[in-house]
Amino acid sequence: MLSDKDRIFTNLYGLRDWRLRGARARGDWDGTAAIIARGRDAIVEEVKASGLRGRGGAGFPTGLKWSFMPKQSDGRPSYLVVNADEGEPGTCKDRDILRYDPHKLIEGCLLAGVGMGANAAYIYIRGEFHQEYRNLQAAIDEAYQAGLIGTNACGSGFDFDIHVHRGAGAYICGEESALLESIEGKKGMPRMKPPFPAAIGLYGCPTTVNNVETIAVVPTILRRGAAWFSALGRPKNTGTKIFCISGHVNRPCNVEEEMGIPLRDLIEKHAGGVRGGWDNLLAIIPGGSSVPVLPKSICDSVLMDYDSLRDVRSGLGTAAVIVMDRSTDLIRAIARLSAFYKHESCGQCTPCREGTGWMMRVMNRLVEGRAEIAEIDLLEQVTRQVEGHTICALGDAAAWPIQGLLRHFRPMVEARIANYHSRDTRRVAAE
Amino acid sequence: MSTLVQPDQFAFDEKSTAEIPSIMARYPQGKQASAVMPLLDLVQRQMARVTGRAWVPRAAMDAVADLIGVPKIRVYEVASFYTMFHLGPVGPNHLQVCTTTPCWLRGSDAVHAACRAAADTDPDLFTVEEVECLGACVNAPVLMINDQLYEDLDGERTEALLNAIRRGEKPEPGSTTGRHGSAPEGGPTTLFATDASERTDA
Repeated sequence: MLSDKDRIFTNLYGLRDWRLRGARARGDWDGTAAIIARGRDAIVEEVKASGLRGRGGAGFPTGLKWSFMPKQSDGRPSYLVVNADEGEPGTCKDRDILRYDPHKLIEGCLLAGVGMGANAAYIYIRGEFHQEYRNLQAAIDEAYQAGLIGTNACGSGFDFDIHVHRGAGAYICGEESALLESIEGKKGMPRMKPPFPAAIGLYGCPTTVNNVETIAVVPTILRRGAAWFSALGRPKNTGTKIFCISGHVNRPCNVEEEMGIPLRDLIEKHAGGVRGGWDNLLAIIPGGSSVPVLPKSICDSVLMDYDSLRDVRSGLGTAAVIVMDRSTDLIRAIARLSAFYKHESCGQCTPCREGTGWMMRVMNRLVEGRAEIAEIDLLEQVTRQVEGHTICALGDAAAWPIQGLLRHFRPMVEARIANYHSRDTRRVAAE
Repeated sequence: MSTLVQPDQFAFDEKSTAEIPSIMARYPQGKQASAVMPLLDLVQRQMARVTGRAWVPRAAMDAVADLIGVPKIRVYEVASFYTMFHLGPVGPNHLQVCTTTPCWLRGSDAVHAACRAAADTDPDLFTVEEVECLGACVNAPVLMINDQLYEDLDGERTEALLNAIRRGEKPEPGSTTGRHGSAPEGGPTTLFATDASERTDA
C-alpha cells in the first residue's frame, strides 16, 4: 500500500487550504525556476523516464506525446490545452484537483509549457464544474499576482499565460479534437486525424492536449525525480493514480493509490468493502463507463493498471471503479450507459449517430426480456459495426459496455428473454 | 405548456457589459469567435438576474453574433448543441438530476421522484431536468441546483432540501451527510500527515 509520503495529492479531500499559501506549505512552487532552468529537453526526458502515461483514459506515454511538438516555431505559437472536461460516468478525480489542489495543475501547466515550447495554455473545464472553476480561476489569479505565471514566470525568463474556457454540457468535448473545436467557438464535433493536434491543433497551431491529472503530477515528478515515480507500480504502469470508487461499496471515495494495486484490496482498504461482503459482488466496471464490465471471478485477482486490465479485455480508462452487488439489475445498468452514449453522440458519423440509438433501444427491450434470443447475436454484431468505424472513440465507448455484458453475462440476458416469453405464454393461455 | 414568447430585443446590461472585455482578452487577436460560449453564458446569467429565468432568447444570440462578427447561424448552432444553454426559460431553481449508472446504483430514482413532485407542485419555482453524469460519482446520487451541487442524497434529504428552498433558504452545497469532499464516510484512510509535517520553508 502506498505510504503518505509518496502521495502527490496531499489535499485530495480539501481538508487544508487550497490557496497559494497552503499549496506552498505543501511544497508546490518550490524551486520552479530551477526546474525551468534545466531546459526543455531535460524536462521531456525526465517525464519520459518516469514512465508517466496519460491519466485521461487512453494511457499514451506523456513525455513521448510532448516530444511530437515542433522544436522550432515556424511563426505559429504552440499551445498546451488541458482537458478538464471530466464527464466519463464514474469519474470525479479531476474535480478534486481543480477545487482542492489547483496550484499543482497551474505549476504543471507552466512546466509542461516549457517542455513542449508552448507559451500559453487553455484549460477547458466542464460547465457544470462551477465552484471548481471559481477555485481554479482564483488560483490562477493568485499565481499571476505572485509572478509565478505571466511575463517572466517565476523569474525564469519564460513567459506563460493560462486561460480558462468553460464548457457547456457536452461529453463529446472530452475528445481532444472536439475540445479544440469547442474552444474555437464551434459545436464540439471531433476532427479527422491526421493531422494530429501536434501539427495542426488549436487555431491551426501545434497543440498538445493532456488530462488534468497528467499535468498535475508533473511538478512532483520533476522535483522528486523519474526514478522515484517509476519505482512505484509495475514496469510500463508506473506511479500513483487517483481511483474513484463508486456504486455498491460501503464507503464510496476517491483515493490516491499505487498503480497496480489489486482491485479487491483497493475496495476493501479504502471503500469499506463491497456492500454485503465481497461474495455479494456481481460485477465491476473498472475504468469508467467506456470499458467492459468484469465479473466477480476476474475481480477476485485483477490488478489495477493499464496492462493488467487490457489482458482481461477491459481497461484502466480513467480508473473509475463502478461496483455492482448482486442486487443490481446489470442489464439495466448497462442499458443506462447505452442511453448515455446515445445522448452524447455528436451525430457526425452515421454508425455512431444511428448505432447508439439502435443499441439503446435493443438494450431497453433486453431489460424487459422483450426480444428474441437471436437478437443477442445481432446486437453483438452491430456493436462490432459501430466500433472502429467512427471518427472518434465515442462509438467504441458505446460498443464496449454491451460487449462486456454479452461476453460475461450472456446467460443472464438469455434468462431474461426466456422469463419474458414464459410470462407472455401464460398471459396468452389465460385469455 | 404555454408557447414560448421570444423577446424582440436583447441588450447586454451594465454588469454584463463590464465583463465583456476580459472575456474577449482570453483569445488571440482575430479569434473572437471563441468567445461565443462565455458570451452565451453571460446572456443566460443576465436573463436569470433580470427576469428570474435563465435562458438564451434568439435576440440575444443575434446580439452575440454581432458582437463577435460571425454569421447568426454559427451562434444558433452552438446554442442548440450544448445542453447547458437553455432555449426556453428555466428556473428560478433548475433541478438537474443525474441518473447515469453510478448515481442510479445509489438511488437516483428517489431523488428524481422528489424533484418531479416538487416541480409538479411548484412549477413557477422549480424546473426539473434529467441530466447525464455530473462528475461527482463517489458522492452519488447528486443533484445540481443552478450552479450548486448537492451530494450523497436520498429521497428524504432531497425533499428537505427542496423544502428549504421553498422557505427562501439557501442550503449549503456539498455533501448532505456531512462528508468532507470525496473522502470516505467516517474519515480518510490516507493522508494522515499533520500540518506540522508539511513543508513551510518554501
